[in-house]
Amino acid sequence: MTSQAHRAERVPAPTGSVEFDADVLVLGGGPAGTWAAVSAAERGARVVLADKGFCGTSGATAAAGTGVWYVDPEPAQREAAMANREKLGGHLQDRRWMARVLDRTYQQSNRLADWGYPYPVDDRGRSQRNSLQGPEYMRLMRKRTKQAGVTILDHSPALELLVDDAGAVAGASGVRRQKHDRWTVRAKAVVIATGGCAFLSKTLGSNVLTGDGYLMAAEVGADFSSMEFSNPYAISPAFGSVTKTLFYGWATFTYEDGSVVPGAASKGGRSAIARALLQGAVYARLDKADEDVQAQMRVSQPNFFLPFDRTGIDPFNDRFPVTLRLEGTVRGTGGLRIVDDHCATSVAGLYAAGDAATRELICGGFTGGGSHNAAWAISSGTWAGQGAAEYAKQFGAAASRKFSSAGTVAFRSRPQRAFAPSVLAKAVQAEVFPYELNYFRDATRLHGALARLDTAWLDVSDADAAGATDILRARESAAMLATARWMYRSALVRQESRGMHRRDDFPDQDDRQRHYVTTGGLDDVWTSVRPHAEASFAEAAE
Amino acid sequence: MIEVIDAERCTSCDICVNVCPTNVFDKTDGIPVIARQNDCQTCFLCELYCPEDALYVSPFADEAQSIDVIALKQTDAMGSYRRAVGWTNGTRDRRATDRSYLLFGH
Repeated sequence: MTSQAHRAERVPAPTGSVEFDADVLVLGGGPAGTWAAVSAAERGARVVLADKGFCGTSGATAAAGTGVWYVDPEPAQREAAMANREKLGGHLQDRRWMARVLDRTYQQSNRLADWGYPYPVDDRGRSQRNSLQGPEYMRLMRKRTKQAGVTILDHSPALELLVDDAGAVAGASGVRRQKHDRWTVRAKAVVIATGGCAFLSKTLGSNVLTGDGYLMAAEVGADFSSMEFSNPYAISPAFGSVTKTLFYGWATFTYEDGSVVPGAASKGGRSAIARALLQGAVYARLDKADEDVQAQMRVSQPNFFLPFDRTGIDPFNDRFPVTLRLEGTVRGTGGLRIVDDHCATSVAGLYAAGDAATRELICGGFTGGGSHNAAWAISSGTWAGQGAAEYAKQFGAAASRKFSSAGTVAFRSRPQRAFAPSVLAKAVQAEVFPYELNYFRDATRLHGALARLDTAWLDVSDADAAGATDILRARESAAMLATARWMYRSALVRQESRGMHRRDDFPDQDDRQRHYVTTGGLDDVWTSVRPHAEASFAEAAE
Repeated sequence: MIEVIDAERCTSCDICVNVCPTNVFDKTDGIPVIARQNDCQTCFLCELYCPEDALYVSPFADEAQSIDVIALKQTDAMGSYRRAVGWTNGTRDRRATDRSYLLFGH
């Protein structure tokens, strides 16, 4: 079914740049982006996928592995799967979306099996499909994306969106880092699948995830939802990058002197670890794993053991120092607000999928490990790709649109000062990494952080255009800064504790705040509140 | 962080340059070089894709280590991740040994 007619067309371009004409442009080549690209191509669209790194290794999934919210279509099992996380998520999920994500994830996981993904088979001969090995999964997705006729641009971060005269999104442009030139793709629809923002914390595989898609989307007027749910921290060895928090379910956590940290646990006790880390070193030993579990861990997540095997640590017998690395909106649930069943954003021609989009509809205010995010990436990617392909059809073959670039910060000539990306990135990290600011929030500290972040935004707005070697880092640091401001502005207006959002000054969940917080804006960050469907029904019935 | 490109094993295929998600390596007329070590996110994926087991990623994510390559090559560390996930000819059966369903249930 792949034919030349369905390929994006490379068109003549000035020296130092390449240009393509496409129906759908997908930004980001992780799970959501590849599912979107494949799905759009299957609807007949000519598709370009541009990844900041290499489609197949880029993003949080490829480097790790992930559970998948794969549940047999048996009503009682589906009901239990939906019900058992509602409390944790602060009752902000939407049952209709949970059901359709479960359906779509089931279908697409079964397609992965048809495509040759090596799912394990259990003792009873059943194929087990609720976990994916990251490198294996994403290598397969790259192959399927190419086979679908999609043009892949690797090492090609997008820097800004293009819009037409009516303000609809009409493509994007960026740089090809290894070719030292620029790319432009004129497209009828764009899918943002650039992941969340983990603020360069080195949580596994996440340093490409700096919120770039958020910044580009905000520049064309898109808004965000649930950005206050943006403060999960993952456990890793203090020296290392392998964040596999689930395995620490078998750990005992101790202080320097060997005494047990009260209440510390990977699940339901991570805040005790954070509080202990504020005082000093914390150690872990996976001493609750028996020999069977140890063997299962080794074959299930070989990369978990690399930091230990390579430093001579036996994690089941030796204690080793641990830390908590911020996962931001990668494992938070906030992101671009979606407005329909095809994951359209509030801006015409712009779709969002995966961690770039809010996951509030299936997770509420708390992610259930990676499995819900993986299911969301598969499902939202599929819907966004299909939606973008259908939307593109309205323009017909010869769309004579006028294009303009939507980029703002780091693109504008300003005489006052140079753009200093690494200084800015560190300044943002200083506001979002500290547990006392982000894990444990309160109004005074949030106001303080926001004052500093808002000042930094004013500085950035006055900064000169970044040069060719700095433009990517400049845009990344500006995206991190914008993300931090949406997070904390949203965190301020949610005056309660719900899901992962924890306010020291409002420690309890407040039934009257069972709603969503919307945010947006760059120079002026705003927030508003939207009712949760069920909560508003309940109010009407009173 | 990435520490070693072993000149003896490397065939200049440049796969690492292509697959590194954070663009740490540069091509040269000879073997690739680690051009931007500070951009390495310690994801180990270059090692996984290296068909010659010529790369070594140190598990220390935040600071560079000095590595004795001769001593390292006497251990089985180089290529160990590739073997563990079943990406070598002798270990293909390991691709389907994920036992997460036993660890975490359904």
